[in-house]
Amino acid sequence: MPVKVVMAQKILRANEQVARENRERLQHLPTVNLISSPGAGKTTLLEKTIQALRGELAIGVVEGDIYTTRDAERIAGQGAAVVQVNTAGLCHLDANMVGRALDQLDLDSLDLLFIENVGNLVCPAEFDLGEDYKVALLSVAEGGDKPEKYPLVFRESHAVVINKSDLLPYTDFDMNKVQEEIRTLKPEILIFVTSAATGEGLEAWCAWLREIVRHKRFVTG
Amino acid sequence: MHEIGLIQTVMDEVSRVAEANGIERVTKVRLVVGRMNGAIPDALEFAFSVLSPETIFEGARLEIESVPVRLRCPHCGAESEGEKLAYFCPECGGRAELVAGQELYIDYFEGDDGKEDAGEGRDGAEDSARERAGGP
Ligand SMILES: Nc1nc2c(ncn2[C@@H]2O[C@H](COP(=O)(O)OP(=O)(O)OP(=O)(O)O)[C@@H](O)[C@H]2O)c(=O)[nH]1
Ligand SMILES: [Mg+2]
Ligand SMILES: [Zn+2]
Repeated sequence: MPVKVVMAQKILRANEQVARENRERLQHLPTVNLISSPGAGKTTLLEKTIQALRGELAIGVVEGDIYTTRDAERIAGQGAAVVQVNTAGLCHLDANMVGRALDQLDLDSLDLLFIENVGNLVCPAEFDLGEDYKVALLSVAEGGDKPEKYPLVFRESHAVVINKSDLLPYTDFDMNKVQEEIRTLKPEILIFVTSAATGEGLEAWCAWLREIVRHKRFVTG
Repeated sequence: MHEIGLIQTVMDEVSRVAEANGIERVTKVRLVVGRMNGAIPDALEFAFSVLSPETIFEGARLEIESVPVRLRCPHCGAESEGEKLAYFCPECGGRAELVAGQELYIDYFEGDDGKEDAGEGRDGAEDSARERAGGP
């Protein structure tokens, strides 16, 4: 006979459970989940950040990449601890993949952990990985309409990095308008304007990273 | 997008609960998907049609409730609905909170447990469906 079963169950429940476990494991390690479209400059920003904080903060990176190890090799070239996660075609990292990557890192030896998500502004916004902060990265070369088209990632993010500022003279990117639009989605969001190519704006970005490291030490001892 | 993976998860979870309830065949699955969520109903339906043959979902209907974005202003209480996500109340300009539009969950499913009806003389699947809670 016919039966109706009410489930009222989140589809991503399993991911949320594993994300909680990751968060538990990362309770002493500040973790930033970096999200952008392909090519906006996540790996370049990480390379420059590792250089700028060398000798000051021990940085680890979980590198999400659909198929290759190119980005992980670039990060390893900077002397940081890196674990490559190949998603084999999947458009985002999930908590399970990050959990397996954490198995391969000596978490106690690190001061700050980055997760470079797969280049995609849609799906990564929906998967909690156990990070402390999502950071959305947007490059001026990809156009100023991204906040309007992909509101969720901006809403979920603690900070936005607007990268490739050196290209501003060559684009129609309206910096004021874009920032205003981002703040319409999330008034308290932090905005950093950087050029990972020239180093412009990296100081403010690094200052924020130092602050989140201090903050977590203060909170969790 | 990852609709195939989402539907695979839905099928795994529903199969588990169906089995626990002695249900041999699923006839309908109902999902609730907020419009702020990246999952696209057409792509979910396509994934379901690809994955369901030769499973307990063969021939089942997938129903998707698409929930519009709804904001509520804590200052003046005004509610507003729209396709676009803005964070300010259209009434007073205060900061509004998202109260709907980000859902992604399995509401319920219907199936057949292969047993004879106890003979209470009901007809129509909707009325005669024994409603059970599948657990959280
Ligand atoms: N002009 C300019 N080019 C940049 C800047 N940052 C990165 N690039 C260039 O943009 C290209 C892509 O940079 P990546 O750092 O690989 O971008 P990504 O976001 O890691 O890319 P995926 O991992 O493939 O999603 C490279 O050629 C970089 O040299 C910048 O600030 N200015
Ligand atoms: Mg990269
Ligand atoms: Zn209001």
